[in-house]
Amino acid sequence: MPVMAQGDGTVQKDVSSAKSAKNPVDVKGIIFGHIGDSYEWHITKIGNTTLSIPLPIIVYSSTTGWHSFLSSRLKENGGIYEGFSLAPAGSKYEDKLVEHNASGQEVRPFDISITKITLAIFINSFLLLVIILGVARWYKKRPQDAVAPKGFVGFMEMVIMMIEDDVIKSCVGPKYKKFSPYLLTVFFFILICNLMALIPFFPGGVSVTGNIAITMFLALCTFVLVNVFGTKSYWKGIFWPDVPLWLKVVPIMPVIEFFGIFTKPFALMIRLFANMISGHMAMLVLTSLIFITASFGAAMNSAMTVASVFFNIFMNALEILIAIIQAYVFTMLSAVFIGLAQTNEEPKKIEK
Amino acid sequence: MLLSSVLLQAAAAAVGLGKLGAFIGAGLAVIGAGIGIGRIGGSAMDAIGRQPEASGDIRNNMIIAAALVEGVALFAIVVCLLVYFL
Repeated sequence: MPVMAQGDGTVQKDVSSAKSAKNPVDVKGIIFGHIGDSYEWHITKIGNTTLSIPLPIIVYSSTTGWHSFLSSRLKENGGIYEGFSLAPAGSKYEDKLVEHNASGQEVRPFDISITKITLAIFINSFLLLVIILGVARWYKKRPQDAVAPKGFVGFMEMVIMMIEDDVIKSCVGPKYKKFSPYLLTVFFFILICNLMALIPFFPGGVSVTGNIAITMFLALCTFVLVNVFGTKSYWKGIFWPDVPLWLKVVPIMPVIEFFGIFTKPFALMIRLFANMISGHMAMLVLTSLIFITASFGAAMNSAMTVASVFFNIFMNALEILIAIIQAYVFTMLSAVFIGLAQTNEEPKKIEK
Repeated sequence: MLLSSVLLQAAAAAVGLGKLGAFIGAGLAVIGAGIGIGRIGGSAMDAIGRQPEASGDIRNNMIIAAALVEGVALFAIVVCLLVYFL
């Protein structure tokens, strides 16, 4: 009876509508929380307690010198500790550690903290070292050509030989032995980082290659290798190519080739970064569809849950394929660029 | 004609004209990627039909070319994401 229950009914309705208005599902926050970097590794939330690993913050402020403390201290002391605090939403340095200088402005100190992505790089590199050095030890303990390896060592040998023969030897050319360690390392590092990002729980779940700084560094390594070890005929081919004079003097070809030096590693960086991040964003958005439609009623919610689970399984399988292909393409393109810079041919003079 | 302009105005009023541009750009980028990779797959099918023994080599080259074309399309996606989130 609406009149009798008016007191309770309206209060209930106001509380529930206020709750659903104050807690809509923050999709953007969820996505950037997973993909972005942070000063703690959030694992899960059991009941009302959040389970997360606090990570060390190591900063050097120009006014007060070195500070290093665990990020849990920030939370214990109400968000500010030793003059440092996390910048609030909307500021230029949102969610990063800032301090306030004498005039009250936010200033970023020199920050070399072990953040979530840094710890993930350490874990992935450690995993890579354990796998590769463990396989290498199998070969060191036996004389050469004694017996063919079986099991995991045999599988690793197959993969390494496939990369070495199909990609490195054919793309780099005769001087492949000098560059083969770098190319194999880059292939396995990108492969392990991509695959660890698809594992949803600790120690996986952090997309290292979905961070543009990491892919920029990998592309920078290729850039340095291509240009520092480029032969003289490579540089001659860029600045004074063997083309008709009117293309060289009005400098069309040299300018195009000069920009090509920078655009090729840039494309490597963007390709790997965009492939990884788009896959992760798609999976996160599909998962948060379930929570967005939770307030729309039981029928719609269960339909969306079934659809979202199927799409997520499909996206996960596709992401595994894309992880392997992107590592292969990065290695192959780096090998091709290095091989193009190792040309030693003298352009043949055509007898007129 | 009138319906499409009304829908466009409603969408622009809801999200803002800049973000509407990001949505349209992402859709166009996907069209480009779809056409490009479709052509690569089509020629790969033709080539396998002509010479079935070479299907392994053709498959490897098709995957590499598809990854390269997809990389170019993802340039556009990255720009659209920048417009949308910044």
